[in-house]
Amino acid sequence: MFADYTWTELGSIFAMQGFAGLILFSVFVLMALGLAIIFGQMGVINMAHGEFMILGAYVTYLCSNFVEAHFPALFGIYFFFAMALAFVAAGALGALVEWSLIRHLYKRPLDTLLATWGLSLILQQAYRSIFGAREVGVSLPNWLLGSVPLTDIIEIPINGIFVMVLTFVIAIGVYFILFRSRMGMQTRAVVQNRVMAGAVGINTQKVDRNTFALGCGIAGIAGSAFTMIGSTGPTAGQLYIVDTFLIVVFGGAASLLGTIASSFAISQAQSTMEFFLSGSMAKVLTLLTVVGILMLRPQGLFSLKIRR
Amino acid sequence: MRRVKDIIQSRMSRRSLLAGTAATAIVAATGAVTPTFADEANTTGLAVTDDTVQVGILHSVTGTMAISETGSVQAEKLAIEQINAMGGVLGRKIEYIQEDGASDWPTFAEKAKKLLVNDKVAAVFGCWTSASRKAVLPVFEQYNGMLYYPTFYEGLEQSPNVIYTGQEATQQIIAGIDWVAEEKGAKSFYLLGSDYIWPRTSNKIARKHIEKLGHKVVGEEYYPLGHTQFNSVINKIKLKKPDVIYAIVVGGSNVAFYKQLKAAGIDMTKEKPLLLTISVTEDEIRGIGGENIDGAYAAMKYFQSLENDNNIEFVKAFKEMWGDDVVIGDVTQAAYLGPWLWKAAVEKAGSFDIDKVRLASPGIELATAPEGYVRVHENHHLWSKTRIGLAKPDGQYELIYETADLMEPDPFPEGYQ
Repeated sequence: MFADYTWTELGSIFAMQGFAGLILFSVFVLMALGLAIIFGQMGVINMAHGEFMILGAYVTYLCSNFVEAHFPALFGIYFFFAMALAFVAAGALGALVEWSLIRHLYKRPLDTLLATWGLSLILQQAYRSIFGAREVGVSLPNWLLGSVPLTDIIEIPINGIFVMVLTFVIAIGVYFILFRSRMGMQTRAVVQNRVMAGAVGINTQKVDRNTFALGCGIAGIAGSAFTMIGSTGPTAGQLYIVDTFLIVVFGGAASLLGTIASSFAISQAQSTMEFFLSGSMAKVLTLLTVVGILMLRPQGLFSLKIRR
Repeated sequence: MRRVKDIIQSRMSRRSLLAGTAATAIVAATGAVTPTFADEANTTGLAVTDDTVQVGILHSVTGTMAISETGSVQAEKLAIEQINAMGGVLGRKIEYIQEDGASDWPTFAEKAKKLLVNDKVAAVFGCWTSASRKAVLPVFEQYNGMLYYPTFYEGLEQSPNVIYTGQEATQQIIAGIDWVAEEKGAKSFYLLGSDYIWPRTSNKIARKHIEKLGHKVVGEEYYPLGHTQFNSVINKIKLKKPDVIYAIVVGGSNVAFYKQLKAAGIDMTKEKPLLLTISVTEDEIRGIGGENIDGAYAAMKYFQSLENDNNIEFVKAFKEMWGDDVVIGDVTQAAYLGPWLWKAAVEKAGSFDIDKVRLASPGIELATAPEGYVRVHENHHLWSKTRIGLAKPDGQYELIYETADLMEPDPFPEGYQ
């Protein structure tokens, strides 16, 4: 396969390929973080995760149209407002859903799966009724398009760098919220022992709502960022949901570190195999490996060691 | 047999004489001519009364496929409205019963049965994906219905109960590849597609044709439907340096593919490599964004920007009915042909009876098609021209080339199966 190429060409391609793997890693982390928080901390299987992401994407779409029409001067930086708004919108919807739906089902974890799946169908049809069945095109500021040419062959996609930086910032943010803030301490206390946490005066209902809203909000940011690399349509959320669950389950449900590790493992495996094999085959092999490892280690890569 | 044919021909000549004298006079004339067929047309057991005829529209307006099928529904409704404004078919107004296939193939079959058995519709305009067509096919054959199917598709099918108004694969593919090979001097091709029957069959035909021309396929790959990460394959394409990327990616993947292609620094306007697709119509460009696909070529039979009188009229009427910001893609136009072809066949047969309409269908001509002249082949597909369009940042294609003659539909190409 490589016989006809010079060493410089090969070196460049491998550099590009490494970078492609890193972008995929960032994308995976970004889409899985929100789900990992909700699934890991609350045990709720949120099948509507993809639709929360798409809410973020639609908010970005509305923002871009609004800014383009009314404040064209600000178009270059609208994306940052859009992400903040996407976080707020998806978070608010998350809080509403938790209050009206999820909190009644905490004792029936499998029913949350059905309920959130129903919710995802409702949201899809709502998007379809509001924005139309067709995909919408989100216009992006020019500086986010194109690539930085380093050499003749090595060209680094700007949106890839943007997603990487964003993922890094969000991951650090989540770390601080969960491990360095009062809210995070309460959340972790509720995860470890709900009854005891309640007994020492933690408002467990409020913690649940905030956690769910946080997870959905991060999904909203992810959706907003993915308008750069993917499609925005009523059912686009479905494109992400399988990969997202795969990552969270493989990483170990209750561990954010596990989510990051599994994102890394899966993204590298996937992108390397895609390069050497064909796309569908790469996917099959990735899934087979994950299934194999989960058979040997049902709790996932990392698991929280607590006494039950 | 011969006598029947003579009678049809004599009727036809009267009809075409009328059509020839003054197109506008038809509106008045149809009303006067058609009552002679009334008794004949009414004995079919179909939902036909003295002044109405019912047809079915069967597309997904909910679920994943709604994105693609909406345009077809709009086009079919427009055609029906226009036909009614001209006095209907055999003096009868068309009424449509719309059913939702909901992007679910068994639902399509169920709704098709409902339309044929309960509603007894005279024709059905519908389906979009091959999977939905395959699901309804046994129903149409069992209950003897007539389906007008609008999508360009992989071929390898020919049913007495279906008229295929889109192109089958060879029409779309062979002309496109001949064009890049001759005009652009392309010698090496990278075939890429979503992983299901249409892209795989199409690429098989493409590969065979490329090799027949003495050129090379340097890569052939498929990605699962809904795949959103194409960076690895883009790197592979950069390494292999093909002259042409031949892309048959569909659905949400399309958007991801073109955005990432652009982000990876492949500027299609430089044509190094050149990108030729058969799966991106103006409809899809809306989601992709014109700036992301600027410079790509598409091979299909219709573009919204075609500058003939039929099309200018059609685009105007379509926008009047559905709003100024709609776009019209290849399949939407093909869907628009359905009701017109059916009308012509019914009038030629002088009856709504399915068997008579079927017999009358081959040879039906439509000079008023937005794409230009089309004719129904014995094999129920359409003779049509294939065109190459260049994608522009405004989301429209600019016509670059069209085949001089109509391409003959060949759903079972020899040696390609």
